[in-house]
Amino acid sequence: MTIKRIKTSIIAAAVISGSLVGSSATLAMESQFIGSLVYRTGPYAPGGIPWADGFADYIELLNARDGGINGVKLELEECDTAYNTDKGVECYERLKNKGSTGMPAVMPLSTGITYALLDRVVADKIPLITSGYGRADAADGRVFPYGFVPPATYWGGADIAINYIASQEGGYGNLKGKKIALVYHDSAYGKEPINTLKALAAQHGYEFSEFPVPHPGLEQKATWLKIGRQLRPDYVLMWGWGVMNATAIKEAAAVGFPREKFIGVWWSGNDADMVPAGDAAKGYKSLQFNGVGSDFGVHKQIKSELYAKGKGSAKSAENTGEVAYNRGLQSAFILTEALRTAMAEFGNKPVTGEQVAWAMDRLDITDARLKEVGADGLFDPIKLSCADHLGKGRAKVTQWDGSQWVAISDWIEPNSEMLRSMYEESAAAYAKEKGITPRDCK
Amino acid sequence: MRIEKSVIFIFIWTLLLMVAIPWTIGKVSSNIFFEWPFFFEVAIGGLLAGVMYSLVALGFVLIFKASGVFNFAQGAMVLFSALTLVGLNELGLPMWLAIIATLAVMLLLAVAIERVVLRSLVNQEHIILFMATIGITYFLDGFGQTLWGSEVKILDLGIPNNPGLYFDGKILINDFDLVAALIAGLLVIGLALFFQYTRIGRALRAVADDHQAALSVGIPLKHIWVIVWAVAGIVALVAGIMWGSKLGVQFSLALIALKALPVLILGGFTSVPGAIIGGLIIGAGEKLAEVFVAPLIGGGIEDWFAYMLALAFLVFRPQGLFGEKIIERV
Repeated sequence: MTIKRIKTSIIAAAVISGSLVGSSATLAMESQFIGSLVYRTGPYAPGGIPWADGFADYIELLNARDGGINGVKLELEECDTAYNTDKGVECYERLKNKGSTGMPAVMPLSTGITYALLDRVVADKIPLITSGYGRADAADGRVFPYGFVPPATYWGGADIAINYIASQEGGYGNLKGKKIALVYHDSAYGKEPINTLKALAAQHGYEFSEFPVPHPGLEQKATWLKIGRQLRPDYVLMWGWGVMNATAIKEAAAVGFPREKFIGVWWSGNDADMVPAGDAAKGYKSLQFNGVGSDFGVHKQIKSELYAKGKGSAKSAENTGEVAYNRGLQSAFILTEALRTAMAEFGNKPVTGEQVAWAMDRLDITDARLKEVGADGLFDPIKLSCADHLGKGRAKVTQWDGSQWVAISDWIEPNSEMLRSMYEESAAAYAKEKGITPRDCK
Repeated sequence: MRIEKSVIFIFIWTLLLMVAIPWTIGKVSSNIFFEWPFFFEVAIGGLLAGVMYSLVALGFVLIFKASGVFNFAQGAMVLFSALTLVGLNELGLPMWLAIIATLAVMLLLAVAIERVVLRSLVNQEHIILFMATIGITYFLDGFGQTLWGSEVKILDLGIPNNPGLYFDGKILINDFDLVAALIAGLLVIGLALFFQYTRIGRALRAVADDHQAALSVGIPLKHIWVIVWAVAGIVALVAGIMWGSKLGVQFSLALIALKALPVLILGGFTSVPGAIIGGLIIGAGEKLAEVFVAPLIGGGIEDWFAYMLALAFLVFRPQGLFGEKIIERV
């Protein structure tokens, strides 16, 4: 081959690849990029896979059924963090500028990654949506313009758990003298409910004990001998994670602690946590900020539009009712509703992170809207504002019947007045530490 | 095996401290509940947990004896064997057949590791072999999950998980822990006898001391390595079955290697009996500390206390309780 022919080939290749890049750019102009930080691998994959499937299925449902949102096709790209903070930051950096308008919001699915991204998202003007994890005080939108925590926080979860126990005992008045223990993952996440539970103990007179479990929580015999044979509490709450959950439930059974009096937060209530615990999990309860099962309109649509056509993300249509799957659906729903709100203001075209933050400040998911999408009872309505980045913060109590979760309470609303002042106090301390001037939301 | 006087001395002191410290704290502090039946309940629970730690530690000891290398991949082998077993069982193989098939897979794995990784590293620095086992860890973790998926899988052997009450209902011991400890104990004793009274055992020690010298006196190094990695694979499978039926077969199984490290530090890296005694001391020690000492300092000390306990032993026995004293002349 002569030098001239090589040159010609290189030029031809450049022209062809250039035209391909050009055409893909044109396509990207028309579609809304969505980056999804997931963990389908690593030690926590059993809980991460169904979430990622639920998220992907809802996005795909909108594409398959409606052609996207208002004619704007959704283009989803996953990045696997393996629940690793450094990989999470890497994923965020890789995805944030993708698509014609960049990543419209980030849902890191990890408290560690959330903390690592807090400053970056403000600089990049990308909303950080942490549903049921992350910083509870991001509920104060004046200090956290780009932080959003619907539909619930850990502090609210702690209050809801005590509210439920009070209802079981015949009212808050009967909590006096009762013993309530907390078994928690010895990390920033696990310690989140302690202040709320202490404040409530002072208010209602129950005796509160804490039992930290070192990561990863493979061995908890000593902890449960202390709980089940020594303290013998009336109720045990759990803020656990990963393998710690199933181990705790098995050890509770091993010391004969009644599972009906054992209540976990939502991250201690995945199907994947119950399966290895086997029969020991029967009767165990967990808070959930979403409904359980797959008897909802949205599931039926997902099954007929995706799984019937072999396009679903989960292994089979049977997996679509798992709580973590429903949580993934909910996160995708919150994000896409924010995209709709943004498009209503800025036009039916791909929107930017800043525009989505504007929309999140005005997010209003009503009962009527939930009925429309077939998610009434599955999700709770959410109404946010510039100052309130949480909403009602309600959750349900569910119980494992040996094969699935069954809702045993209606939505329980936490004591918003007490919690709001705690959020504001904590957010104000954060603002002071970081030198942030809270924005004016009046 | 001759047990040195200093080991017996340390052992007796350990036992005395394990009893005296909780008793004293119970007398002094009103926050700590101390009663003899409860003390024995915690100690027995710890000993049973300790046997399970020994089971994992044993895999490390076997490979260390044969190659002088700390096999970083032992935890990954536990996960890989359990994943393979449950995966084959899910494919329709009855459990007994799945166990045999998994044993065959672990043997193949041992051959592959020897052929692909170890053979070319004969007489290399130990650190290089150690780094190679890190590579094997990542490969097995990823390959196992790619092959069998990352979901939690159930491994139900039908062992009951009920609280059993003994001594007039004063002491609670879990049935599962008893059965698991019994199975683990039998395996540990079997292996200890096998390596103590067979030619392979002697060959192992020779290989561990010096690869080149062992080769020169006619010990077939590659066979020894395959045998040892295969036996370590079998131990990993038993550990995977017992821990997997306790926790479910999932990625976290690989992390149980962390529970074996203090056992190895304490018992010595080259001693099978060391892995057993080390496991018992660590198991009982960490549980007693968690129940009787931890409440005074905020709780959750179980994991790091195990390492602290092991390091404290090193002050008196740098080679571990039963480890071989290494004297290198320069």
